[in-house]
Amino acid sequence: MTHSALKVVNLAASYRKNKVLYDVNFDIEAGSLTGVVGPNGAGKSTLIKTVLDLHPALTGEIEFFGLPFKKAKKKIGYVPQRGSVDWDFPTNALDVVTMGLYGNIGWLKRPTREDKEKAYESLDKMGMASYANRQISELSGGQQQRVFLARALVQDAELYFMDEPLAGVDAATEKAIMKILQELKNLGKTVLVVHHDLQTVEDYFDHVLLLNKTVIHYGKTETTFNPTNISETYGGNMLWITSGKENGHVVSSFNK
Amino acid sequence: MTYSAWIILTACLVGATCGLIGVFLILRKMAMMADAISHTVLLGIVIAFLMTRELSGPHMLIGAIIAGLLTAFLVQWLHTLDIEQHASMGIVFTTLFAIGVILIATSVGNAHLDVKHALMGEITFIPWETTAVPLLGNIPVATTMLGLAFVIVLFFILAFYKEWKITSFDPALAASLGIPVLILHYVFMSLVSVTTVAAFDAVGAIMVVAMLVTPAASAYLWTDKLSVMLVMSSSFGVLSAILGYYIATVIDTSISGSMALATGVIFIISFLFSPKHGLVSKWVKPATTDVMP
Repeated sequence: MTHSALKVVNLAASYRKNKVLYDVNFDIEAGSLTGVVGPNGAGKSTLIKTVLDLHPALTGEIEFFGLPFKKAKKKIGYVPQRGSVDWDFPTNALDVVTMGLYGNIGWLKRPTREDKEKAYESLDKMGMASYANRQISELSGGQQQRVFLARALVQDAELYFMDEPLAGVDAATEKAIMKILQELKNLGKTVLVVHHDLQTVEDYFDHVLLLNKTVIHYGKTETTFNPTNISETYGGNMLWITSGKENGHVVSSFNK
Repeated sequence: MTYSAWIILTACLVGATCGLIGVFLILRKMAMMADAISHTVLLGIVIAFLMTRELSGPHMLIGAIIAGLLTAFLVQWLHTLDIEQHASMGIVFTTLFAIGVILIATSVGNAHLDVKHALMGEITFIPWETTAVPLLGNIPVATTMLGLAFVIVLFFILAFYKEWKITSFDPALAASLGIPVLILHYVFMSLVSVTTVAAFDAVGAIMVVAMLVTPAASAYLWTDKLSVMLVMSSSFGVLSAILGYYIATVIDTSISGSMALATGVIFIISFLFSPKHGLVSKWVKPATTDVMP
């Protein structure tokens, strides 16, 4: 169980003149559920995009299950930020989920009835079956995010990258998404999630990757996610409120 | 066929072809790119003419495709150098267009190629210049070109329908699935160029933008389905062409201008009365919101 799902060595990337990532090294264990956490502008989304070859890397080597990206493509599922697409696009929920299968359908072919059924099942898993024929602009933010998750599920990948799937969704959706992520983990899949809410990190993820332009700390959540490491990541600009009753702590960060 | 029948058929082909391409221009948020390419295609035509001394046929199509790709490529390149997308479009197309205009003025001389013609087109004279097409007999050159462009565009849209859909909706996902997003982008730019140059003789560089953008923008207001949007958009294009022809004959004015006017009228009607997004329907029944299950 300790073989690696994703190995990144000496990765660097820049947006035009700004170096966003440098000297990034980590090794994600297969079957883990990892939260990628860091302040705004820490390069969390850029990290995912660079790993997936959507953004050029300056240096570095990336291996997926010991394979280069091109050979591992079919094993990888990606959930972009919800805001990255135009939800007024003329299409419905079922169609968006079916898009997850386009890579397997091949050129000059149309999605078959089976493809549509798979997509429908996946929507059903996210509790969205009754919205299958709904125009996507008529869905709420949480419902849109569920459609995106359903699309990732239908890809049946081994390794998932999710960019802020819990941003701006309602509580019910957050619960539904976390249930699915746990299920994926139980099936032995590896999931990497960009996450912004420090309060829920301990409950949601077994591993945490603290990022601020480079990997500050990476490891098991229980040992890595502690006040020292977090303030190191966020630049010490932190206010700690320790609440007695659950032995937990609530963190909030100041913006400069 | 009669003189006016040829004009109407040609205009309808412009409407149908531009309507199809326009849908993806709108959905890819590249309507301005139509404007840019419609201008730079002039340079392609001029250079093709200087090399072959012919003003029609495949040379022109190839010249236009190269000019269109060059535009798309330069815009992309300037954009990577930290220049805002629309600014880089503005820089590229005006420069290439200016080179085209200078070449017309200095090197082309008296050929059937002048700036006014390039901008406005002259659909009225189309039936006079014919060519022999196997099985169909003598057909106006412009009509043949447009027929060819229509077939090419229709073929590419149908053959790669799901690829156009996914790269327009979510290019990041498409790339992560291994669909060649960049190649498709340049293929699409080539299709825009082919459409533009074929429509050039008929409606000119300015009016072709109206034919590319407005019917598609109108169709967008009527439907939530991509396939329906494609059919509606090209139908609106054809309708505008026919309406435009009759407006022009009634008030005795430019046909291409009237066609553009007709697309505008259809858009205003759509904007006011379309069932989902129209002003009137919003006023009659206010939008309802959905509650999560």
